Amino acid sequence: MGDMTMINLIWLVLIASGILYAGIHGRIEVVTASAISAAKGAVELSINLIGVMCLWLGIMRIAEVSGLVKVISYLLQPIIGLLFPSVPKNHPAMGAIIMTLSANMLGLGNAVTPLGIKAMQELQTLNPKKDTATAAMCTLLALCTTGFTLVPATIIALRSAAGSVNPTEIVGSTLIVSLFATIFVLIIDRLCQVIFKR
Amino acid sequence: MVIELCEQLSVWVIPAVLFLVPVIGYLKKVKVYEAFVEGAAEGFQTAIRILPCLVAMLVAISIFRASGALDACILFMAPMLNMFGVPPDLVPLAIMRPLSGSGSLGIATELLNTYGPDSLVGRIASTVLASTDTTFYVLTVYFGAVAINNPRYAPLVGLSGDIASFLASVYICQYLFST
Repeated sequence: MGDMTMINLIWLVLIASGILYAGIHGRIEVVTASAISAAKGAVELSINLIGVMCLWLGIMRIAEVSGLVKVISYLLQPIIGLLFPSVPKNHPAMGAIIMTLSANMLGLGNAVTPLGIKAMQELQTLNPKKDTATAAMCTLLALCTTGFTLVPATIIALRSAAGSVNPTEIVGSTLIVSLFATIFVLIIDRLCQVIFKR
Repeated sequence: MVIELCEQLSVWVIPAVLFLVPVIGYLKKVKVYEAFVEGAAEGFQTAIRILPCLVAMLVAISIFRASGALDACILFMAPMLNMFGVPPDLVPLAIMRPLSGSGSLGIATELLNTYGPDSLVGRIASTVLASTDTTFYVLTVYFGAVAINNPRYAPLVGLSGDIASFLASVYICQYLFST
Protein backbone atom coordinates (compact mmCIF):
# COMPACT_ATOMS: atom_id res chain seq x y z
CA MET A 1 0.00 0.00 0.00
CA GLY A 2 1.24 3.42 -0.94
CA ASP A 3 1.00 6.54 1.17
CA MET A 4 -2.77 6.81 1.24
CA THR A 5 -3.76 10.32 2.08
CA MET A 6 -7.37 11.13 1.36
CA ILE A 7 -6.76 12.74 -2.02
CA ASN A 8 -4.71 9.79 -3.32
CA LEU A 9 -7.46 7.42 -2.35
CA ILE A 10 -10.22 9.49 -3.96
CA TRP A 11 -8.26 9.82 -7.19
CA LEU A 12 -7.44 6.12 -7.31
CA VAL A 13 -11.03 5.08 -6.61
CA LEU A 14 -12.38 7.39 -9.33
CA ILE A 15 -9.99 6.04 -11.97
CA ALA A 16 -9.87 2.37 -10.97
CA SER A 17 -13.59 1.92 -10.37
CA GLY A 18 -14.38 3.75 -13.60
CA ILE A 19 -12.10 1.52 -15.68
CA LEU A 20 -13.28 -1.69 -14.00
CA TYR A 21 -16.92 -0.70 -14.41
CA ALA A 22 -16.45 0.12 -18.09
CA GLY A 23 -14.57 -3.18 -18.61
CA ILE A 24 -17.25 -5.27 -16.94
CA HIS A 25 -20.01 -3.60 -18.93
CA GLY A 26 -18.22 -4.07 -22.22
CA ARG A 27 -17.48 -0.48 -23.09
CA ILE A 28 -13.82 -0.18 -22.28
CA GLU A 29 -13.35 2.03 -25.34
CA VAL A 30 -15.02 5.00 -23.62
CA VAL A 31 -12.18 5.12 -21.09
CA THR A 32 -9.54 6.12 -23.61
CA ALA A 33 -11.76 8.63 -25.36
CA SER A 34 -12.93 10.33 -22.16
CA ALA A 35 -9.45 10.40 -20.63
CA ILE A 36 -7.94 12.10 -23.65
CA SER A 37 -10.75 14.59 -24.11
CA ALA A 38 -10.68 15.47 -20.40
CA ALA A 39 -6.92 16.04 -20.55
CA LYS A 40 -7.45 18.42 -23.46
CA GLY A 41 -10.29 20.12 -21.61
CA ALA A 42 -8.06 20.67 -18.58
CA VAL A 43 -5.50 22.49 -20.71
CA GLU A 44 -8.22 24.65 -22.21
CA LEU A 45 -9.47 25.48 -18.73
CA SER A 46 -5.98 26.47 -17.56
CA ILE A 47 -5.37 28.60 -20.64
CA ASN A 48 -8.70 30.36 -20.14
CA LEU A 49 -7.71 30.90 -16.54
CA ILE A 50 -4.50 32.74 -17.50
CA GLY A 51 -6.27 35.90 -18.69
CA VAL A 52 -8.63 36.09 -15.74
CA MET A 53 -5.79 35.39 -13.33
CA CYS A 54 -3.70 38.19 -14.81
CA LEU A 55 -6.61 40.64 -14.71
CA TRP A 56 -7.53 40.10 -11.08
CA LEU A 57 -3.99 39.72 -9.79
CA GLY A 58 -3.17 43.00 -11.51
CA ILE A 59 -6.11 44.77 -9.89
CA MET A 60 -5.22 43.13 -6.58
CA ARG A 61 -1.66 44.49 -6.81
CA ILE A 62 -2.93 48.05 -7.30
CA ALA A 63 -5.23 47.57 -4.31
CA GLU A 64 -2.28 46.32 -2.27
CA VAL A 65 0.17 49.07 -3.17
CA SER A 66 -2.42 51.81 -2.65
CA GLY A 67 -3.17 50.53 0.84
CA LEU A 68 -6.78 49.68 -0.03
CA VAL A 69 -6.34 46.06 1.04
CA LYS A 70 -5.03 47.26 4.41
CA VAL A 71 -8.09 49.44 4.97
CA ILE A 72 -10.52 46.64 4.06
CA SER A 73 -8.52 44.19 6.17
CA TYR A 74 -8.60 46.58 9.10
CA LEU A 75 -12.41 46.79 8.84
CA LEU A 76 -13.06 43.05 8.48
CA GLN A 77 -10.18 41.68 10.57
CA PRO A 78 -12.24 41.54 13.81
CA ILE A 79 -14.63 38.99 12.23
CA ILE A 80 -12.43 37.11 9.77
CA GLY A 81 -9.52 37.02 12.21
CA LEU A 82 -11.58 34.83 14.53
CA LEU A 83 -11.82 32.16 11.81
CA PHE A 84 -8.06 32.19 11.18
CA PRO A 85 -6.43 32.34 14.60
CA SER A 86 -3.07 31.08 13.26
CA VAL A 87 -2.65 33.99 10.83
CA PRO A 88 -0.92 37.05 12.34
CA LYS A 89 -2.98 40.23 12.29
CA ASN A 90 -0.96 42.24 9.77
CA HIS A 91 0.29 39.37 7.61
CA PRO A 92 -0.41 39.71 3.86
CA ALA A 93 -2.28 36.39 4.05
CA MET A 94 -5.02 38.06 6.08
CA GLY A 95 -5.50 40.70 3.40
CA ALA A 96 -5.64 38.08 0.66
CA ILE A 97 -8.11 35.92 2.60
CA ILE A 98 -10.37 38.91 3.18
CA MET A 99 -10.26 39.89 -0.49
CA THR A 100 -11.12 36.31 -1.49
CA LEU A 101 -14.11 36.12 0.82
CA SER A 102 -15.30 39.59 -0.23
CA ALA A 103 -15.10 38.67 -3.92
CA ASN A 104 -16.97 35.46 -3.16
CA MET A 105 -19.76 37.28 -1.36
CA LEU A 106 -20.13 39.94 -4.05
CA GLY A 107 -20.46 37.20 -6.64
CA LEU A 108 -17.32 38.34 -8.46
CA GLY A 109 -17.25 34.84 -9.94
CA ASN A 110 -14.01 34.56 -11.82
CA ALA A 111 -12.13 36.84 -9.42
CA VAL A 112 -12.51 34.36 -6.59
CA THR A 113 -10.13 31.72 -7.96
CA PRO A 114 -7.17 34.08 -8.58
CA LEU A 115 -7.61 35.76 -5.20
CA GLY A 116 -8.09 32.43 -3.44
CA ILE A 117 -4.90 31.09 -4.98
CA LYS A 118 -3.09 34.22 -3.88
CA ALA A 119 -4.39 33.70 -0.35
CA MET A 120 -3.16 30.09 -0.47
CA GLN A 121 0.29 31.27 -1.59
CA GLU A 122 0.44 33.72 1.31
CA LEU A 123 -0.69 31.02 3.72
CA GLN A 124 2.00 28.75 2.32
CA THR A 125 4.65 31.19 3.62
CA LEU A 126 3.36 30.46 7.13
CA ASN A 127 3.40 26.70 6.56
CA PRO A 128 6.19 24.75 8.29
CA LYS A 129 5.48 21.59 6.26
CA LYS A 130 5.25 22.69 2.63
CA ASP A 131 3.48 19.65 1.17
CA THR A 132 0.80 19.42 3.85
CA ALA A 133 -2.22 21.68 4.28
CA THR A 134 -2.40 23.84 7.41
CA ALA A 135 -5.53 24.37 9.47
CA ALA A 136 -5.92 27.87 8.06
CA MET A 137 -5.77 26.52 4.49
CA CYS A 138 -8.48 23.98 5.27
CA THR A 139 -10.68 26.70 6.76
CA LEU A 140 -10.25 28.90 3.68
CA LEU A 141 -11.06 25.95 1.44
CA ALA A 142 -14.15 25.13 3.48
CA LEU A 143 -15.40 28.70 3.11
CA CYS A 144 -14.69 28.73 -0.62
CA THR A 145 -16.39 25.40 -1.37
CA THR A 146 -19.61 26.50 0.30
CA GLY A 147 -19.30 29.66 -1.80
CA PHE A 148 -21.26 32.20 0.20
CA THR A 149 -22.71 34.48 -2.50
CA LEU A 150 -25.08 37.42 -2.16
CA VAL A 151 -25.81 37.68 -5.88
CA PRO A 152 -25.77 34.38 -7.80
CA ALA A 153 -25.66 36.08 -11.20
CA THR A 154 -25.03 32.95 -13.32
CA ILE A 155 -28.04 31.12 -11.92
CA ILE A 156 -30.29 34.14 -12.30
CA ALA A 157 -29.27 34.36 -15.96
CA LEU A 158 -29.84 30.61 -16.39
CA ARG A 159 -33.32 30.83 -14.88
CA SER A 160 -34.30 33.77 -16.97
CA ALA A 161 -33.06 31.97 -20.10
CA ALA A 162 -35.27 29.01 -19.16
CA GLY A 163 -38.26 31.36 -19.10
CA SER A 164 -38.73 31.90 -15.36
CA VAL A 165 -41.44 34.35 -14.30
CA ASN A 166 -39.31 35.37 -11.36
CA PRO A 167 -35.65 34.48 -11.91
CA THR A 168 -34.37 36.16 -8.75
CA GLU A 169 -36.74 34.47 -6.31
CA ILE A 170 -34.01 31.98 -5.41
CA VAL A 171 -31.78 34.72 -3.96
CA GLY A 172 -33.51 34.39 -0.60
CA SER A 173 -33.35 30.60 -0.43
CA THR A 174 -29.72 30.67 -1.60
CA LEU A 175 -28.85 33.12 1.15
CA ILE A 176 -30.42 30.98 3.88
CA VAL A 177 -28.82 27.79 2.53
CA SER A 178 -25.38 29.42 2.19
CA LEU A 179 -25.55 30.84 5.66
CA PHE A 180 -26.51 27.49 7.13
CA ALA A 181 -23.91 25.58 5.09
CA THR A 182 -21.16 28.03 6.00
CA ILE A 183 -21.86 27.73 9.71
CA PHE A 184 -22.11 23.94 9.40
CA VAL A 185 -18.85 23.67 7.50
CA LEU A 186 -17.02 25.87 10.00
CA ILE A 187 -18.17 23.60 12.82
CA ILE A 188 -17.03 20.47 10.93
CA ASP A 189 -13.74 22.22 10.17
CA ARG A 190 -13.18 22.96 13.86
CA LEU A 191 -14.05 19.37 14.81
CA CYS A 192 -11.60 18.04 12.21
CA GLN A 193 -8.89 20.35 13.53
CA VAL A 194 -9.24 18.65 16.90
CA ILE A 195 -9.64 15.09 15.57
CA PHE A 196 -6.80 15.22 13.02
CA LYS A 197 -4.34 17.03 15.25
CA ARG A 198 -1.03 15.24 15.33
CA MET B 1 -37.51 46.36 -5.46
CA VAL B 2 -35.12 43.79 -3.99
CA ILE B 3 -35.01 41.96 -7.31
CA GLU B 4 -34.08 45.06 -9.24
CA LEU B 5 -31.46 45.96 -6.67
CA CYS B 6 -29.89 42.52 -7.01
CA GLU B 7 -29.90 42.70 -10.78
CA GLN B 8 -28.33 46.13 -10.74
CA LEU B 9 -25.77 45.02 -8.18
CA SER B 10 -24.70 42.03 -10.25
CA VAL B 11 -24.22 44.21 -13.32
CA TRP B 12 -22.41 47.02 -11.54
CA VAL B 13 -20.13 45.28 -9.12
CA ILE B 14 -17.30 44.29 -11.48
CA PRO B 15 -17.19 47.63 -13.35
CA ALA B 16 -17.26 49.37 -9.95
CA VAL B 17 -14.26 47.38 -8.70
CA LEU B 18 -12.37 47.91 -11.97
CA PHE B 19 -13.09 51.66 -11.69
CA LEU B 20 -12.54 52.26 -7.99
CA VAL B 21 -9.32 50.32 -7.45
CA PRO B 22 -7.25 52.13 -10.11
CA VAL B 23 -8.76 55.54 -9.22
CA ILE B 24 -8.01 55.09 -5.53
CA GLY B 25 -4.55 53.86 -6.50
CA TYR B 26 -3.98 56.98 -8.59
CA LEU B 27 -5.13 59.25 -5.77
CA LYS B 28 -2.66 57.42 -3.52
CA LYS B 29 0.10 58.17 -6.06
CA VAL B 30 0.51 54.56 -7.18
CA LYS B 31 1.89 54.00 -10.68
CA VAL B 32 -1.29 52.14 -11.55
CA TYR B 33 -0.30 50.71 -14.92
CA GLU B 34 3.05 49.41 -13.70
CA ALA B 35 1.51 47.95 -10.55
CA PHE B 36 -1.15 46.19 -12.61
CA VAL B 37 1.37 44.65 -15.00
CA GLU B 38 3.59 43.56 -12.12
CA GLY B 39 0.68 41.81 -10.42
CA ALA B 40 -0.62 40.32 -13.66
CA ALA B 41 2.77 38.74 -14.39
CA GLU B 42 2.12 36.26 -11.57
CA GLY B 43 -1.07 35.08 -13.25
CA PHE B 44 0.67 33.20 -16.01
CA GLN B 45 2.91 31.03 -13.83
CA THR B 46 0.09 30.29 -11.44
CA ALA B 47 -2.23 29.12 -14.19
CA ILE B 48 0.50 26.91 -15.63
CA ARG B 49 1.31 25.44 -12.21
CA ILE B 50 -2.33 24.36 -11.84
CA LEU B 51 -2.42 22.60 -15.20
CA PRO B 52 -1.03 19.17 -14.19
CA CYS B 53 -3.36 19.01 -11.19
CA LEU B 54 -6.36 19.86 -13.33
CA VAL B 55 -5.41 17.21 -15.88
CA ALA B 56 -5.13 14.59 -13.13
CA MET B 57 -8.44 15.43 -11.50
CA LEU B 58 -10.50 16.06 -14.62
CA VAL B 59 -9.29 12.85 -16.29
CA ALA B 60 -10.21 10.80 -13.22
CA ILE B 61 -13.66 12.38 -12.95
CA SER B 62 -14.25 12.04 -16.67
CA ILE B 63 -13.41 8.31 -16.70
CA PHE B 64 -15.64 7.81 -13.68
CA ARG B 65 -18.48 9.58 -15.44
CA ALA B 66 -18.13 8.16 -18.96
CA SER B 67 -17.74 4.55 -17.76
CA GLY B 68 -21.21 4.61 -16.25
CA ALA B 69 -19.84 4.16 -12.72
CA LEU B 70 -21.30 7.55 -11.79
CA ASP B 71 -24.76 6.51 -12.98
CA ALA B 72 -24.44 3.29 -10.99
CA CYS B 73 -23.54 5.43 -7.99
CA ILE B 74 -26.63 7.57 -8.58
CA LEU B 75 -28.88 4.49 -8.83
CA PHE B 76 -27.36 3.12 -5.65
CA MET B 77 -27.71 6.39 -3.72
CA ALA B 78 -31.21 7.27 -4.94
CA PRO B 79 -33.21 5.22 -2.39
CA MET B 80 -30.99 6.52 0.41
CA LEU B 81 -31.50 10.13 -0.61
CA ASN B 82 -35.22 9.50 -1.12
CA MET B 83 -35.38 8.46 2.51
CA PHE B 84 -34.22 11.97 3.36
CA GLY B 85 -37.04 13.43 1.27
CA VAL B 86 -34.94 14.24 -1.80
CA PRO B 87 -36.99 14.12 -5.04
CA PRO B 88 -35.50 11.35 -7.26
CA ASP B 89 -34.91 13.71 -10.19
CA LEU B 90 -32.47 15.73 -8.10
CA VAL B 91 -30.21 12.81 -7.19
CA PRO B 92 -27.93 13.16 -10.26
CA LEU B 93 -27.39 16.83 -9.44
CA ALA B 94 -26.51 15.99 -5.84
CA ILE B 95 -23.82 13.53 -6.93
CA MET B 96 -22.49 15.69 -9.77
CA ARG B 97 -22.33 19.00 -7.88
CA PRO B 98 -19.04 18.45 -6.01
CA LEU B 99 -17.37 16.66 -8.95
CA SER B 100 -17.90 18.85 -12.00
CA GLY B 101 -18.99 22.44 -12.47
CA SER B 102 -19.88 22.08 -16.15
CA GLY B 103 -21.53 18.71 -15.50
CA SER B 104 -23.80 20.04 -12.77
CA LEU B 105 -24.59 23.14 -14.81
CA GLY B 106 -25.68 20.82 -17.62
CA ILE B 107 -27.88 18.71 -15.34
CA ALA B 108 -29.43 21.81 -13.77
CA THR B 109 -30.18 23.34 -17.18
CA GLU B 110 -31.90 20.14 -18.21
CA LEU B 111 -33.97 20.11 -15.00
CA LEU B 112 -34.97 23.75 -15.53
CA ASN B 113 -36.04 23.00 -19.09
CA THR B 114 -37.88 19.78 -18.23
CA TYR B 115 -39.73 20.86 -15.10
CA GLY B 116 -39.70 24.62 -15.63
CA PRO B 117 -37.59 27.06 -13.61
CA ASP B 118 -40.54 27.94 -11.36
CA SER B 119 -41.34 24.36 -10.35
CA LEU B 120 -40.15 23.05 -6.99
CA VAL B 121 -37.49 20.89 -8.68
CA GLY B 122 -36.35 23.89 -10.72
CA ARG B 123 -36.10 26.08 -7.66
CA ILE B 124 -34.21 23.49 -5.66
CA ALA B 125 -31.80 22.87 -8.55
CA SER B 126 -31.17 26.62 -8.84
CA THR B 127 -30.54 26.94 -5.13
CA VAL B 128 -28.17 23.95 -5.08
CA LEU B 129 -26.20 25.38 -7.97
CA ALA B 130 -26.04 28.87 -6.44
CA SER B 131 -25.18 27.94 -2.87
CA THR B 132 -22.14 25.70 -3.39
CA ASP B 133 -18.99 25.66 -5.44
CA THR B 134 -17.44 22.64 -7.17
CA THR B 135 -15.51 21.15 -4.25
CA PHE B 136 -13.10 19.02 -6.28
CA TYR B 137 -12.24 21.90 -8.59
CA VAL B 138 -11.55 24.28 -5.72
CA LEU B 139 -9.54 21.59 -3.94
CA THR B 140 -7.45 20.79 -7.02
CA VAL B 141 -6.79 24.36 -8.06
CA TYR B 142 -6.10 25.92 -4.66
CA PHE B 143 -3.83 23.18 -3.37
CA GLY B 144 -2.28 22.55 -6.78
CA ALA B 145 -1.16 26.17 -7.01
CA VAL B 146 0.98 25.84 -3.88
CA ALA B 147 2.06 22.22 -4.44
CA ILE B 148 0.22 20.83 -1.42
CA ASN B 149 0.01 17.06 -1.89
CA ASN B 150 -1.61 16.26 1.39
CA PRO B 151 -4.85 18.20 1.87
CA ARG B 152 -5.49 16.30 5.14
CA TYR B 153 -9.14 16.57 6.15
CA ALA B 154 -10.06 19.28 3.61
CA PRO B 155 -11.94 16.93 1.21
CA LEU B 156 -13.97 15.63 4.13
CA VAL B 157 -14.95 19.14 5.20
CA GLY B 158 -15.75 20.17 1.62
CA LEU B 159 -17.94 17.14 0.94
CA SER B 160 -19.78 17.41 4.24
CA GLY B 161 -20.52 20.99 3.25
CA ASP B 162 -21.92 19.79 -0.08
CA ILE B 163 -24.22 17.30 1.63
CA ALA B 164 -25.36 19.94 4.11
CA SER B 165 -26.11 22.54 1.45
CA PHE B 166 -27.88 20.05 -0.77
CA LEU B 167 -30.19 18.82 1.98
CA ALA B 168 -30.70 22.38 3.22
CA SER B 169 -31.63 23.46 -0.34
CA VAL B 170 -34.24 20.69 -0.55
CA TYR B 171 -35.80 21.41 2.85
CA ILE B 172 -35.65 25.20 2.72
CA CYS B 173 -37.12 25.36 -0.80
CA GLN B 174 -39.85 22.91 0.16
CA TYR B 175 -40.66 25.15 3.11
CA LEU B 176 -40.36 28.53 1.34
CA PHE B 177 -42.10 27.62 -1.90
CA SER B 178 -44.66 25.08 -0.68
CA THR B 179 -47.68 27.32 -1.09
